[in-house]
Amino acid sequence: MHFGPHLLLAALEGLVTSAVLALTALGLSLVFGVMRVVNVAHGEFFMLGAVLAWAITTAIGGHPALGFLAALVIAPLIVGAIALIAERLVLRRLNYNPEATIVATIGMLYIIQQLALTFYGPEARPVEPPFNYRILLPWFGYSGYKLSIIAASALLLTATWLVLTRTRIGLIMRATQYDSETAQAFGIAVGRVYGGVFALGAMLAAIAAVLIVPISQAHYLMGQDPLLLSFIVVIIGGLGSLRGTVVAAVLIGLSDGIISMFFSPTLAKIIATLLVAMVLVFRPQGLFGTASR
Amino acid sequence: MTDKNGFFDLSKTTLSRRTALKGLAAGAGLAVAPGFVRYSQAQSSAPIKIGFQSHRTGIGAAYGRWYEKTTAAAVKAINAAGGINGRQVEVIIEDDGTDPGRGAEVVGKFATQHKTDIVFGTLFSHVVIGSAPAAGEAKIPYFVVSEGHHVASTKLNRYVFQPGITDVKSQIQSMAPWIAANAGKKVTQIFPDFAFGYDHRDYLPPALKAQGAEVIAQIAIPPTESSFTKYFPQIPAETEVIYHVMVGPAVLTFVKELGEFYGSNRPQLFGFIDSLEAVDINSPGLEFLDGSHFWEGSPRYAQPDDSAAQKAYRAAVGIDDNGAAVGDPKDVSTAAHMFGCWETLYVVKKAMEDAGYKGPEDRAKLVEATEALTAFAEGPEHPQGPKTFNGKIHQCFGIQNISKVEGGKLKVVHKTKIEDGLYEAEGDYTKQAL
Repeated sequence: MHFGPHLLLAALEGLVTSAVLALTALGLSLVFGVMRVVNVAHGEFFMLGAVLAWAITTAIGGHPALGFLAALVIAPLIVGAIALIAERLVLRRLNYNPEATIVATIGMLYIIQQLALTFYGPEARPVEPPFNYRILLPWFGYSGYKLSIIAASALLLTATWLVLTRTRIGLIMRATQYDSETAQAFGIAVGRVYGGVFALGAMLAAIAAVLIVPISQAHYLMGQDPLLLSFIVVIIGGLGSLRGTVVAAVLIGLSDGIISMFFSPTLAKIIATLLVAMVLVFRPQGLFGTASR
Repeated sequence: MTDKNGFFDLSKTTLSRRTALKGLAAGAGLAVAPGFVRYSQAQSSAPIKIGFQSHRTGIGAAYGRWYEKTTAAAVKAINAAGGINGRQVEVIIEDDGTDPGRGAEVVGKFATQHKTDIVFGTLFSHVVIGSAPAAGEAKIPYFVVSEGHHVASTKLNRYVFQPGITDVKSQIQSMAPWIAANAGKKVTQIFPDFAFGYDHRDYLPPALKAQGAEVIAQIAIPPTESSFTKYFPQIPAETEVIYHVMVGPAVLTFVKELGEFYGSNRPQLFGFIDSLEAVDINSPGLEFLDGSHFWEGSPRYAQPDDSAAQKAYRAAVGIDDNGAAVGDPKDVSTAAHMFGCWETLYVVKKAMEDAGYKGPEDRAKLVEATEALTAFAEGPEHPQGPKTFNGKIHQCFGIQNISKVEGGKLKVVHKTKIEDGLYEAEGDYTKQAL
C-alpha cells in the first residue's frame, strides 16, 4: 500500500481509538479531579457497559439499531447506579482517603470482574452494530460504523464540556473541585456531588464501551487495556483537566494508530509508556494540569 | 504486648466433656460422609481418575467449554460400556485459565493433591509447553489435544502424548499441495504471535516451496489483540492467497475487519478454522467469506458421506447438523478440534488395557504401552478417521479436511491422505529414561 492511503488508514484507526479513549479517560479524570480518588476499578465499569450492552441487545431483539440505542441509554444508567452504590457503600465510609480508596477500588475491580465471569461467563460475545455500512475508498474499505463512533464521541465530549462550563451542576462540580471545604461552607452538599461525579465517571466509561462493543465484542477481561490507556492519558493530560484529557487522548490514540501501523503495536505501547515517564519527570502536573496548591 | 485474656496460655483452656463429645461426633460424621468411603476392594473397583486441565477462563474459554462437553460424552460412553479394565472413569476438572503458569500448577495439583492417574486435556500450545515440565517432574502421563508441533518436536518429555489430533507441521505438509494448486502461488501468512503461530510461521514456507509456491509476507498478531485493521496494510498488493490462522476471544472481529478491508475484491482466502472456531460463519459482516476455504480437523457441518461412527459421535456430544449445540443454534462448537478429546480418551483406554494398568505405580507401564501403539482404525472410537501413531515422537497422524464456504455452510471439498502428512522424526522420546 502506498504511503498516503496507509497514513489515512492509520489516522482513521487512531481517531477511533482516541474517541473511545477520550470518553473513558474523561471519566477517570473527573473522578480524580473532583474527588481526588484514583479509581482503579474504572476499566471494570467500561467492561460492565459492554456486557450490559450485550445483555440488552439480546433481550430486545428485532432490528440491531433498536437494541443498540436502548443499550446506549440503559447500560450507562445501570452502570451509574452500580457506581453510586459502590461510592455510598465503600468510598464514603473511607472518607475518600486517597490511599484507602486505591486499595478499595482494586478490591472493586476484582469483585466486578469475577461477578461478570460468574454471571456472564468467559466467552467473548458479539453485539451487532446498529448499521453495517462499508465505505469504499479507492485503496481499501472502511467500516462506516467506526466513523460514526468518532462523531458520537465528539458529540458526547462537547455535551460534557457544556454541562461542566455552562450549567449550575457544572458550576457546583467545579467549585467542589477547586476547594471542597469552601464549597461546603457555601452550602454545597459535597457528599452528593461526590456520589454524582463517581456515577458520571463510570457512565462515561460505560458509554464508551457501548460504542466500541459492536466492533470488539464483550468479554470479562476487556477492562484492562482501557484502564491502562486511560491512566496514561490522564497523567499526560494532567489529572482533572478536561482539555488536557481530550488532547492527550487524541495524541495517544493517533500515535498508537500510526506507530502500530508503520512499525509495531508493541512499539506504540512502549512509546506511550515512555511519554508518561517523561511527563512525570519534566512536568509532573501534566501538560495541561495546574501545579497543586 | 501482654496476653491479657490468656489467649495463648494453653494451661488456661480446658477441654470440657461436652466439647470433646462434639469433636468425636464430628469426626465420626466425617468418616461416614460420602467422599470418605473407603473402597473395600481398594484399587480393583476404585474409579480411574483423569485430571482434566481445562481452559475454563481466559482466552481459550470457548474451546474449554466444548472440550468439557466432548470429554463428558466420551467418558459416559466408556463407562456405559464397562469402563477401563472394569473400572469406572472419573474426570476431575481444574481450570488453567489458559495460562502457562497456572497450567503447570494444575498439573502439580493433579499429581499431588487429587492423585489422578493421568492428566488430560488442554489445547493452547503455550499452556502445554508450560505444563509439560511439571508432568515430567511428577512422572505423570500427560495426554494433550493441542494440535501444535511441540509434542512431535521431541522438545518436551517422555510423559507428554498427543494421540488424538494431528500436529500443525503434518497438517500443513499435507495441505500445501492443494493450496499451491488451487488457491495461488504468492501467499501472505497471518498468524498469532505465540508458539502455535510459530509452527505455522516455520513450517508453511518450506512446505509451499516444495510445491513451487512461496510465502511473500508473514504477519504476527498478539493473541490478545482486539483490533486488527492496523495490521492489514502489511499485506503486499501482489498477494494471491491470504493464509490466516487466529485464536483468542476476538477472532470474529479479526475476520469481520478483514471483510471490511477487502470486501468482495479480495485475494483468495485459506484459513484455519481456528480463525472462526465457536463462531457462526453466518454472522453479519462475514458474507465476504463465501467461496473461501478452511482447514477443518473434523467437519463442523454434517456431510452427506458421514460415517455411522461420525453420526453417533455427533449425537453423543450433542451437536446438530450445523455443528451447534442441540437446542441452541447460536452456541457453535469447536468441532474441528474437540473430536481429539473423544479419540484421546479411547487411546488412553486402549493403552491402559494393554498395560494392565492398576494404579499410579503403573504409570511407566502406561507410557510404554502408549508408545507401542501404531494405528487406530476408523470407527466409533475414532470417528474423525483412521490414524497412525508414531511412538517415538508421541504423535498421531490423520487425514485433514479442506472445506469451502458455500451457501452459509462449510462443505468438505478435499481430504488429504495420512501419507501426505508424514515427516521424518526429529528425535526419539523412547530413549529418555522413565
